[in-house]
Amino acid sequence: MTKVADILTTMEYGPAPESAKLANQWLDAHSRAFGMYIGGQWTTPTPDRMIDVINPSTAKRIAAISHGTADNVDAAVAAARKAFKSWSQMPGHARAKLMYGLARKIQKHARLLAVLETMDNGKPIRETRDIDIPLVARHFYHHAGWAQVMDTELPGYTPVGVVGQVVPWNFPLLMLAWKIAPAIAAGNTIVLKPSKWTSLSALAFAELCDDAGIPPGVVNIITGDGGTGDILLQHPGIDKIAFTGSTEVGRHIRNVTAGSGKKLSLELGGKSPFIVFEDADLDSAIEGIVDAIWFNQGQVCCAGSRLLVQEGIAEELYRRLRARMEKLRVGDPLDKAVDIGAIVAKAQLVEIETLVRQGQAEGAILWRALLGMSNGGILLSSDALHRGRAERHDRPGRDFWPRAGGNDLPHASRSDRPGQ
Amino acid sequence: MSIDRNPGMALDLDWVSETRVNRSAVERRASTLPGRRTVKSHWQAAWLVRAIQVIDLTTLGGDDTPGNVRRLCAKARNPIRADLADALGITSLGLTTGAVCVYHEMVESAVHALAGTQIPVAAVSAGFPAGLNPLDLRIEEIRRSVAAGAREIDIVISRRHVLTGNWRALYDETRAFREACGTAHLKTILATGELATLRNVYRASLICMMAGADFIKTSTGKETVNATLPVSLVMVRAIRAYQARTGAKVGFKPAGGLRTAKQALDWLILMKEELGDEWLSPTLFRIGASSLLADIERQLEHYLTGAYSASFRHPMQ
Repeated sequence: MTKVADILTTMEYGPAPESAKLANQWLDAHSRAFGMYIGGQWTTPTPDRMIDVINPSTAKRIAAISHGTADNVDAAVAAARKAFKSWSQMPGHARAKLMYGLARKIQKHARLLAVLETMDNGKPIRETRDIDIPLVARHFYHHAGWAQVMDTELPGYTPVGVVGQVVPWNFPLLMLAWKIAPAIAAGNTIVLKPSKWTSLSALAFAELCDDAGIPPGVVNIITGDGGTGDILLQHPGIDKIAFTGSTEVGRHIRNVTAGSGKKLSLELGGKSPFIVFEDADLDSAIEGIVDAIWFNQGQVCCAGSRLLVQEGIAEELYRRLRARMEKLRVGDPLDKAVDIGAIVAKAQLVEIETLVRQGQAEGAILWRALLGMSNGGILLSSDALHRGRAERHDRPGRDFWPRAGGNDLPHASRSDRPGQ
Repeated sequence: MSIDRNPGMALDLDWVSETRVNRSAVERRASTLPGRRTVKSHWQAAWLVRAIQVIDLTTLGGDDTPGNVRRLCAKARNPIRADLADALGITSLGLTTGAVCVYHEMVESAVHALAGTQIPVAAVSAGFPAGLNPLDLRIEEIRRSVAAGAREIDIVISRRHVLTGNWRALYDETRAFREACGTAHLKTILATGELATLRNVYRASLICMMAGADFIKTSTGKETVNATLPVSLVMVRAIRAYQARTGAKVGFKPAGGLRTAKQALDWLILMKEELGDEWLSPTLFRIGASSLLADIERQLEHYLTGAYSASFRHPMQ
């Protein structure tokens, strides 16, 4: 039998891979070793101070990034301070012109950025291609508009100065855009550190800034681990800190910046409830649950990870949810028809599995859809833990994972730490 | 593959009244699903072959003649050129469409033209497309089509019963149609474009299944709006709910407006995701279409040769 005839007997979807070629060419062009973008210049990568970049879906090393030192941070903050003088004085429409140009560069290279983000983070190409990167471009267009009309529409607002920004790994380039676009629109200059797990798209972005003619020092990208981030956050030359990430680190930042006079904005984790009442269209509610908790592998600060269901319909809803989970496709995130890709890093997977075991030990029932397609990478199936009663909260802000926790509503009287 | 026919059940008005459809959520699911699943290369070719197998190849024109029905039947017997079937390696499959669908007056011509094949003739009936003829005449029309050799009967429901909430009348009428069908399979056309709300679509789907429909079908092709993914999603969810409660499997047939190979794939994806692989066969899934086949044949030729031919190289009748 031929292939077409074979497929007719199984009616499977088959593979629909996005090509990694563009991203691999870009990585090769940089010899797969990256410096940092400071004052419009690239530092030279030094072999003894590098961090491996792992593609979580294959567990293979795809590049290495520099481990930023205190000297690097000093240089970046100094470059940003120097650039602030002219950037903040520049007429708004002149900043807007440069930012519109940058937004167009992002759109032009959208495919490269999407593939790179998927290889670096493990999230499905469908999400980077349809959500992350288009939104990044839109943020720069939108805030270019801010710069353009700032004099008339935002009278009395002035830039803060040099802003230190630390962004997480769940939406690497999108979080960068949220942070950088409004800040530079208003005339601030930036030193940004992406997560050590997902720095590549920020480095590609730095190239686009260069290409778009953003003046040296306005955007500086340093790379490294939490230690590098700490040096940045505590640097005396920083006027404001913007951080998105875990509640734990947010608390730490608040502690170490207390009394320093630094402005601070924090966007931290949450455990968002998803409430279903008995008069809901249950099939539609199921799709809402799916998008709320399994979008981006559940690695979303507002993921609907606590499912509260009115008792009379709870069993029926859970039955339908279990059936729906069987339809989720876990696999190669570069496949255009995959719903759940890879967890960002091994350490994260270990933490998730620990929490699952802990939940089971406390009496929760684990439903795990049996989905194969593993290719040696860090993959996790869709999970749901059913507690059936309210007891402890689920470690706010820490369990970023594709897991829905179910409670029957009448018993779920409280959550220990709402709003986190 | 054959399945047990849906025997129907007693009218359950509680079930009908408790149905709820969240329109925004349905529209969101329907608009995002085609972007969440896709089939490429060999898989796409195979899925397009399957799409041909589920087509109810249809002609419902006032200008139908025995001659053009014969030509349509010839296309149903050999839906793609022999050289394409050969290159696809499916010659031994004996590829045909799922059925041929015509008006009552053309049933005889179609049955004659399809003699010696397994292809059933479906007749649109019961006062198609408006369904406003006297009830006894509508029932008689079904009997006459079955006697003429139609193995499937596509009836239209009385939209006024849905719009006025007269579920008992709709149930009784559909029951009578099912009895008139005898061994012929009953497809009930909801004419969803005239039912005003998605909740009405869901309720009418339930009533038809309770009354013993073998298939529920979206449209006549004559309404202003015919098959759409949102109404299809609502109907297949009703089928799923009916199966969960009764165990009976009811088929689904979108009709009207499906003209491109891409649309056919979207609907196959909808069936696979919402109902499962069993609904990817002509036993439980049909697409009512006429020009769709030409586009599929064209896409298959592109798959094999890398080039698109002009549409006039794939004539239908």
